Amino acid sequence: MRSTDIQHPEYFHKVIDCQYACPAHTPVPEYIRLIAAERYTEAYLVNWESNVFPGILGRTCDRPCEPACRRGRIEEEPVAICRLKRVAADNKGDVRKYMLRGPFAPNGKKIALVGAGPSSLTVARDLAPLGYEIHLFDEQALGGGMMRSQIPSFRLPADVLDEEVGYILDMGIHTHFRQYVSSLKSLMEAGYDAIFVGTGAPRGKDLPDLPGRWDAKANIHIGIEWLANVAFEHTHAIGKKVIVVGGGNTAMDCCRTSRRLGGETVSVVVRSPFDEMKASPWEKEDALHEGIPIYDCHVPKAFAIENGTLKGMYFEKVEASYVDGRRKLVPTGEPDVFFEADDVLLAIGQENSFPWIERDLGIEFNQWQLPVLNEKTFQSTEPRVFFGGDAAFGPKNVITAVAQGHLTAISIDLFCQGKDPNERLAPTTQRIPQKMGIHEWAYDSYVVDDLRYAVPQADKAITLKDRKVEVELGFDRETAFREAQRCLNCDVQTVFTLNKCIECDACVDVCPTSCISFVPDGDEADLRSRLSAPANNLTQDLYVSGPLPTTRIMVKDEDVCLHCGLCAERCPTAAWDMQKYLYQVTKAGSCKHIL
Amino acid sequence: MSFIKPNFRHPGLLPNALGFLPSDYEGLLSTLCAGCGHDSIGAAIIQACFELNIEPHRLAKLSGIGCSSKTPAYFLGNSHGFNSVHGRMPSVATGANLANRDLIYLGVSGDGDTASIGMGQFVHLVRRNLNMTYIVMNNGCYGLTKGQDSATADKGSKSKSGNVNVFQNIDLAGLAIELGAGFVARSFSGDKTQLVPLIQAALSHPGFALIDVISPCVTFNNNPGSTKSYDYVRQHIDATATVDFVPPAEAIEVNYADGEELDVTMHDGSQLRMKKLHPGWNPYQKDAAVRALHEASATGEVLTGLIYVNEVQEDLHAMLNTCDKPLNQLTERELLPTIQSLEAINASLR
Repeated sequence: MRSTDIQHPEYFHKVIDCQYACPAHTPVPEYIRLIAAERYTEAYLVNWESNVFPGILGRTCDRPCEPACRRGRIEEEPVAICRLKRVAADNKGDVRKYMLRGPFAPNGKKIALVGAGPSSLTVARDLAPLGYEIHLFDEQALGGGMMRSQIPSFRLPADVLDEEVGYILDMGIHTHFRQYVSSLKSLMEAGYDAIFVGTGAPRGKDLPDLPGRWDAKANIHIGIEWLANVAFEHTHAIGKKVIVVGGGNTAMDCCRTSRRLGGETVSVVVRSPFDEMKASPWEKEDALHEGIPIYDCHVPKAFAIENGTLKGMYFEKVEASYVDGRRKLVPTGEPDVFFEADDVLLAIGQENSFPWIERDLGIEFNQWQLPVLNEKTFQSTEPRVFFGGDAAFGPKNVITAVAQGHLTAISIDLFCQGKDPNERLAPTTQRIPQKMGIHEWAYDSYVVDDLRYAVPQADKAITLKDRKVEVELGFDRETAFREAQRCLNCDVQTVFTLNKCIECDACVDVCPTSCISFVPDGDEADLRSRLSAPANNLTQDLYVSGPLPTTRIMVKDEDVCLHCGLCAERCPTAAWDMQKYLYQVTKAGSCKHIL
Repeated sequence: MSFIKPNFRHPGLLPNALGFLPSDYEGLLSTLCAGCGHDSIGAAIIQACFELNIEPHRLAKLSGIGCSSKTPAYFLGNSHGFNSVHGRMPSVATGANLANRDLIYLGVSGDGDTASIGMGQFVHLVRRNLNMTYIVMNNGCYGLTKGQDSATADKGSKSKSGNVNVFQNIDLAGLAIELGAGFVARSFSGDKTQLVPLIQAALSHPGFALIDVISPCVTFNNNPGSTKSYDYVRQHIDATATVDFVPPAEAIEVNYADGEELDVTMHDGSQLRMKKLHPGWNPYQKDAAVRALHEASATGEVLTGLIYVNEVQEDLHAMLNTCDKPLNQLTERELLPTIQSLEAINASLR
């Protein structure tokens, strides 16, 4: 097998499962160590640099990092990465003095950002310090986009949102709030050097053809619109009996908000089986905890209307059958189920909508009415117009929007400087040896046995009365330390130097998780079958050396390496070294404003 | 803090036939020098016992003094252990074995503990054919006292300080054959594919089994000019045969061309299946085995593998006609003979 090229920036990056899985590639272990060291301000800034909204994401992130976490492969649960991020935000000191503050020397270029959601704000933060004049448009009175309109306050308090949106707006952004952009054409004629479209996926899906849908309109709501109305104080109450149709996170937000607005019997009814619902497991748990039952495998059949009043809904019971891995929902033949309801909230998905973009501007749209984009640069077929966040490739999540914001900011910067947005700089990487002395490493190499700690919640009796009372209390500092210690420091890499190895087997013998083998060469499938322990996780790479004096090769299966440093500790020749790998994605303007 | 071994193990490792995991055969984290060959031998012992399905409580490890004799702390943490006096492990092993013949005895010693201070004990242990496995972790120097030449250091071998050894070395394998050992092997700590099956065969051998394992002292005897360094042994290793250990009732999958293979069947039905590599070697013939050792030594080669075997040989219990139960299982009835049997014994001596 070809020996591993550890100079490739992505090799060790991939070993840091959490960072690799994060769309923004936040250096997770780095900030978790800072939290353990009670250096909350620095931990916050490491996050802020990368994901722009640590306090917001520490409460609401979809956490793609956690299912990827290596800890989840050696014991039951991954590290509570998301909630540790919140600890940094909760306990930080004055961070403003470390952030770049305007006024910035203007570079003469003017950019319009449409929509004030996470992707636009990220573009603003990346480009403002480079001297761009940023104009931010949004129909609402405040910035934040869907983070404000769709995420309820009991999950994300307004002051956290205001603070982190404020850090960006205070960089000297020209805000045009309460201003709905109704024509891209007129915006294009207004002299902007580039236009960024970050309008999200603003249209909630409906069930327009379901019998009775239009007979009791007043009590049948589109989930995200209803949540926005609640957030902007237009809606203050809901009926006693509520059905939420749908199984995503919006459905969970709808049902939990209903409970706080007067809903006494609130149920979630969803087509898919419980385990396949789109909502994150913890969101489902929180809903169940608030006394909201989830009825799965029920497909909406009709609204029940009596004398123009909504009475409830009929559902057909189905069961999932799988053909060639594809799911089909097959009716069970049982009688239809009736649920009583005063109000129904439809939370069955959302989609993009660009009624304000004229179709004769040179911006191509595909069959799903999504803009045709360069996947690397997010540039549309009209070179001046860029898309990012949900507006680009359909609804995902906040952290993806942030990541796309960073990438688009690079494109806009290159474009405005007359360069090719396709020619981008590689990420910056650093490897720092961690050896301090015998048994001593610059990182805390000891692997604790602790199981995942639960985040405490406020009393239900209080939180269900007021939609603005935050449910999660966050970790206290001591629990945060213990949870942080569960991190395996996967960014501290085991680096092998071929010509130092004397093949004494000390690393093989000491490795607690049998990761290292010295074996005759072979192709990858063959190697995987004859290592010290089965290497069946094909998503994890084998770290392979060139031939040693005995013609054998060193093979390390990265899968369950604890990064405990024992291989390096027991290596007599320092052929193994523990080196901290810092991977930073390129930002607009290269390294100019990296902390 | 890399002096504590984490408790997590690879989740994909399967238990052996007894339901034990490899970690059930582990010991404490080694405090020997990083890269010490002894740690590899310890790992080979762990693997051998795991694969042999030995119940940890059925095994007793015994050792003397020295780096090698510290190692029982680092493997088989759930087994019996006795760290005895320098060079006196054979006496303790003999006593233990006579008291309880049901345990599996694993002696671990070094070249100093065996060939210097313990030589007197060692030779008598061999000639009594005590049923045990005796592993010598042979690094050719006194590592614990900063690397002076030991009695197994080859004549002409250079120490780390540059001194050349002027004395004739003691070849423990040759000596054991001479004294009538029924199982004599030599191996190298850096070659587990050979060492593990040899340990398994030795543990299955019903008598005294010696494995002399060259185990480089990475701190004091891994220098150019040393004949017990990793590099030297790797360059001069010369195996008698490849070795595969086949437990009883397991199909033999290895197939060699006619005339090259050789199966040694142990008393429990397990087999050592070997492919001959060394000309003139016959593990059943003492003189051929000794000649092969001499020839290798004369050319500076390190002859490894099974060197001599005689699997039908009475062990100490058989020679002494001892009772077949461990002493702790004897009851009053067996321990207090009747007046008649006492009179019969007395009469037989008149």
